[in-house]
Amino acid sequence: MKYLDEFSDPVLAARILDDIASRVTKPWSIMEICGGQTHTIIRHGIDQLLPGNVTLIHGPGCPVCVTPLEIIDRALIIAARPEVIFCTFGDMARVPGSRTDLLQVKAAGGDVRLVYSPLDAVRLAQQHPDRQVVFFAIGFETTAPANAMTVRLARQLGLSNFSLLVSHVLVPPAMTAILESPSCRVQGFLAAGHVCTVMGTKQYEPLVHRYRVPIVVTGFEPLDVLEGIRRTLFQLEDGRFELENAYPRAVTSEGNAVAQTVINEVFKVCDRQWRGIGLIPQSGWRLSAAYADFDAEERFDVRGVVAQESANCRSGDVLQGAITPPECPAFGQECTPRRPLGAPMVSSEGACAAYYQFRRIDIAAPTRRGSAPVS
Amino acid sequence: MTAPAFDPSSWSCPLPLRDISTIVMGHGGGGRLSGELIEHLFVPAFAGVDSILAQLGDGAVLDVGGVRLALSTDSFVVRPRFFPGGNIGELAVNGTVNDVAMTGAIPLFLSAAFVLEEGMAIDELGVIAQSMGEAARVAGVQIVTGDTKVVDSGHGDGAYITTAGVGLMRPGIDLGPHRVTPGDVVIVSGPIGLHGIAVLSVREGFEFGVEVRSDTAALNGLVAAMLDGGADVHMLRDPTRGGLAATLNEIAMASGTGVRIVERDVPVPDAVASACSMLGLDPLQVANEGRVVAFVGRGDAQRVLEVLRGHPLGGEAAIIGEVVAEHPGVVVARTGIGGTRVIDLPMSEQLPRIC
Repeated sequence: MKYLDEFSDPVLAARILDDIASRVTKPWSIMEICGGQTHTIIRHGIDQLLPGNVTLIHGPGCPVCVTPLEIIDRALIIAARPEVIFCTFGDMARVPGSRTDLLQVKAAGGDVRLVYSPLDAVRLAQQHPDRQVVFFAIGFETTAPANAMTVRLARQLGLSNFSLLVSHVLVPPAMTAILESPSCRVQGFLAAGHVCTVMGTKQYEPLVHRYRVPIVVTGFEPLDVLEGIRRTLFQLEDGRFELENAYPRAVTSEGNAVAQTVINEVFKVCDRQWRGIGLIPQSGWRLSAAYADFDAEERFDVRGVVAQESANCRSGDVLQGAITPPECPAFGQECTPRRPLGAPMVSSEGACAAYYQFRRIDIAAPTRRGSAPVS
Repeated sequence: MTAPAFDPSSWSCPLPLRDISTIVMGHGGGGRLSGELIEHLFVPAFAGVDSILAQLGDGAVLDVGGVRLALSTDSFVVRPRFFPGGNIGELAVNGTVNDVAMTGAIPLFLSAAFVLEEGMAIDELGVIAQSMGEAARVAGVQIVTGDTKVVDSGHGDGAYITTAGVGLMRPGIDLGPHRVTPGDVVIVSGPIGLHGIAVLSVREGFEFGVEVRSDTAALNGLVAAMLDGGADVHMLRDPTRGGLAATLNEIAMASGTGVRIVERDVPVPDAVASACSMLGLDPLQVANEGRVVAFVGRGDAQRVLEVLRGHPLGGEAAIIGEVVAEHPGVVVARTGIGGTRVIDLPMSEQLPRIC
């Protein structure tokens, strides 16, 4: 099928894998930034097809995983209010706060709606003028333009019963935080293609030079990811550190200027907590002063709500690639996908959840490249 | 020995349900949460671990005075009630006919119970009843008893339908997870994911360029074609809620075997693949209402495949995998580019991903 089959062609995949196998001489650790890329890697078993000395570290680019506990607690408080219709993307609904999650708030009578677009929430606000409609605006730079457009639309429509609980996060500050960490093992990055579609590639140039690290802008289909890995490994083997765009069909150097304009109008950069990592300066967006009256945290007075993450959870170290999930003492004990302590156990593409699932059966060894069973 | 008296005040919610104190939608999703509810709450309350119920089949096979009967029941709460390719009435008939048929029995009689909400249009109920009658005629079963209740406006969602079905077991036929053994071949009778995507498309107002129609159909004819020819069929299951992923996992766990599938061999229609890709869903977890998964002795696999393909409902049947002795209870897929992944039992209903 067009745009799906071409990018998962097994013959081309084998060719890229051969290319990689013939060039790799040393052990390398590469971090894929985006949760969507992690999903592709796990979903297609890409990590098992690479040479044994290439390690993929799953980065902090899953917006569900990194949304801080206290924001989720604030969401739960708002969602439980009788006058509120709380709108969220589906996978956020299952993420546990300190005590419960949105699905359980819904079961207890809260009006929680799973929506597919922030515009659905605007429509609900128009349909229910007597209710307060709140949209949970999470995500990286990718989801920000649509959320910004939504607030602008709500203002144009004069909707006083619509607000946003904003927890936007930004990729470059997170990469900086990882590279600054003394325990950093990351030697090259697959940058998140869709973030770059919006923001362009140029904001990664300074990182490449300051930290002398290869960054390859990478897409999300299996061949995209393999090509990103190939280019990163080649740079590492050659001793180069460059910014490469392996996703040119979607990404330009400048990005989407219209989207950036709307973002700059509606949002302003702020410090942001990341679940499992902690505070990263200047790593998020909140509503700008001009749109402050759409801020759900102010409207429902929840900014004072704080939460403490479990001390036993070492997800910060996992997200930075310092330890593998099974090295965390809570892994598989008090922390499981059913009752996750930390972010990477939450989402199905989180690093801990992926390990937990795969650990049930030792399929990694026999399916390494070269000894894969023929079915 | 008499059973100890039940003391409701001392009853406490059994683990591992304790961490969710209320019913959530996932308890009806056909995944891990549904399974826990049945295993830890219903089975201990209704029967013991050695009971017929504890076998956890879609239908129960009963010995009634030397005659083997199959009994199954199912409730239908689909929203919207009309969707491309069918409606709640057809679904209520076909779903129960299929559950009975999967035991290896010939479905004969159905009951139909309605919970109707005050204010529902009688015209609409008429259309639903007509479709149920037509579906029963097509399946060759009779609806022989029923019930109607009405609840106050706001206390229901238009119409809920519960059907139960009775069937007569074919002599000498014994299907179930106890018959699944390493070497068996896994066959699916046609393209997957159509029902779930059809319902989603109208419920959420998505347009995927082409209309995706539900596959709802009575499968007793297809089952008869397989079994009456004497093929070495070990187990049948219709992969409804939770999709192929849930069905294969349940069978792997119940039989203590491993299941290996080849993802490229699973027939996924283009429209389903692109809808799933857009929404972050896994086609293997999307519901079907007119498909059967057959576990067949290796020697008869080709023959069963041909029988299926010769039937109007099985034209696109495909061999998708095999049963292995390794990794008991776990389903593993070979991915399109040659990797492997574990196909997990869905936790609850699928939630669209943000990225």
